[in-house]
Amino acid sequence: MPLGIFLWILIVILVISVLWFILTYNGFIRLRNRIENALSQIDVQLKRRYDLIPNLIESVKGYMKHERGVLTEITKARSSLIKGNIHEKARASNQISEALKTIFAVAENYPNLKASKNFMQLQEELSGTEDKIAYSRQFYNDSVLTFNQKVQTFPSKIIASMFSFKEKEYFEAEEEAKKAVKVKF
Amino acid sequence: MGIYEEISLNKRKSLLLIFLFIIIIVLLGYVFGLIFFNPVVGLAIAFIISIIFTLISIFSGDKIILKVMNAKEAKKPEHTRLINIVEGLSIAAGIPVPKVYVIEEDSPNAFATGINHEKSSVTVTTGLLKLMNKNELEGVIAHEISHIKNYDIRFMLLVATLVGISVLISDMILRSLWWGGYSHRGRDSRGSIYIIVIGLVLAILTPIIVQLIKLAVSRKREFLADASGALLTRYPKGLADALRKIKADKEPMVKGANRAMAHLFIADPMRAVGENVKHWFSTHPDINARIRRLENM
Repeated sequence: MPLGIFLWILIVILVISVLWFILTYNGFIRLRNRIENALSQIDVQLKRRYDLIPNLIESVKGYMKHERGVLTEITKARSSLIKGNIHEKARASNQISEALKTIFAVAENYPNLKASKNFMQLQEELSGTEDKIAYSRQFYNDSVLTFNQKVQTFPSKIIASMFSFKEKEYFEAEEEAKKAVKVKF
Repeated sequence: MGIYEEISLNKRKSLLLIFLFIIIIVLLGYVFGLIFFNPVVGLAIAFIISIIFTLISIFSGDKIILKVMNAKEAKKPEHTRLINIVEGLSIAAGIPVPKVYVIEEDSPNAFATGINHEKSSVTVTTGLLKLMNKNELEGVIAHEISHIKNYDIRFMLLVATLVGISVLISDMILRSLWWGGYSHRGRDSRGSIYIIVIGLVLAILTPIIVQLIKLAVSRKREFLADASGALLTRYPKGLADALRKIKADKEPMVKGANRAMAHLFIADPMRAVGENVKHWFSTHPDINARIRRLENM
């Protein structure tokens, strides 16, 4: 019966599209949760760094008379680590990474400081935190990439616009974002 | 194949392995009962034993392995760097932080074990910590973290424990056949010889079959963990350098490791020094091939 076959095909198509719909929607939700989770992971690490910095400054300020500039720079950037939007946090984080590099390089000139157990532990902790920030940022940005690709591409795009899933922002400073765009075009 | 397909494949394979294990043990029990007392009783006992062993494997297999390997939990400040690396890479992989263990052992090696993301652990030898710089250590840990993320650990743990038990049991039967089989021969020689032959075949075949299952999976698995580890560190050279150092190391034996556990490690703990012949029975892909792949990423 041609009508029967036609009906069956229709039913099969319907079932497949409903299934696809559910799977895609759930995929979006899963990714969105992963992104939120990743962002809070970044915040945890930024907070950790925020807490470690006063100890670092305390332990080096006796030695670094000539490098006060770096220390004030760090102190200024520090507060942006835990407040502000995603770009401000990223920028503060980059600034602090640079400043820390300077401090640890300068510390090489002070054997007493370098040999102090407290300083060594702080250095290990800070560089561990530094790595964790980089990794959490990588995981976040990868997840955002996957999410945004789904939002932009057909056919998952349909569901994104139905439930108004918007593209997410990458964790990077405005300058980095601009640079990235420049490279692309 | 994407990572999510890999994860569900690993979960399916784990179930299949448990199923196979139970069937094999029950078969062995049946044959054993047939020869010595009663096939139905043998079957029932074997069934119960196989269930118990499966449960033990799932709930404390990893603890048993860590105990056998004499692994101690890593503590700060002694192992701050190691702990930080494990934490960082599990953040990169998006999994909960696994427990970290250290084995006092000069030979550089590492393994991951556990049953799921929440119950997992990474273990390294002190030799590895001494030998590797930070990038290389990160490469090795990223490889282990990938095993956890891909659910390789579940399958590998079940293989380690269930293979170990199967080998033990069929060994036992083989031995008892050797001694016990003779005394029965006089009564009805035809039937019992027939049974003994089945028993022998089963007892010899079992460990080989399980061994082959294990081999078929772990080579591909190592390549995949190398690749996804490199994706975590974004620096494939780290692991390549680490593997090169491991290859050159003069102390390849990890004390306490046995055949059933060899596949857990990043580099075969049973390998001979300077070995470069590929063996069918080796659980790891050729280390040179792994280095080459990493360097071409």
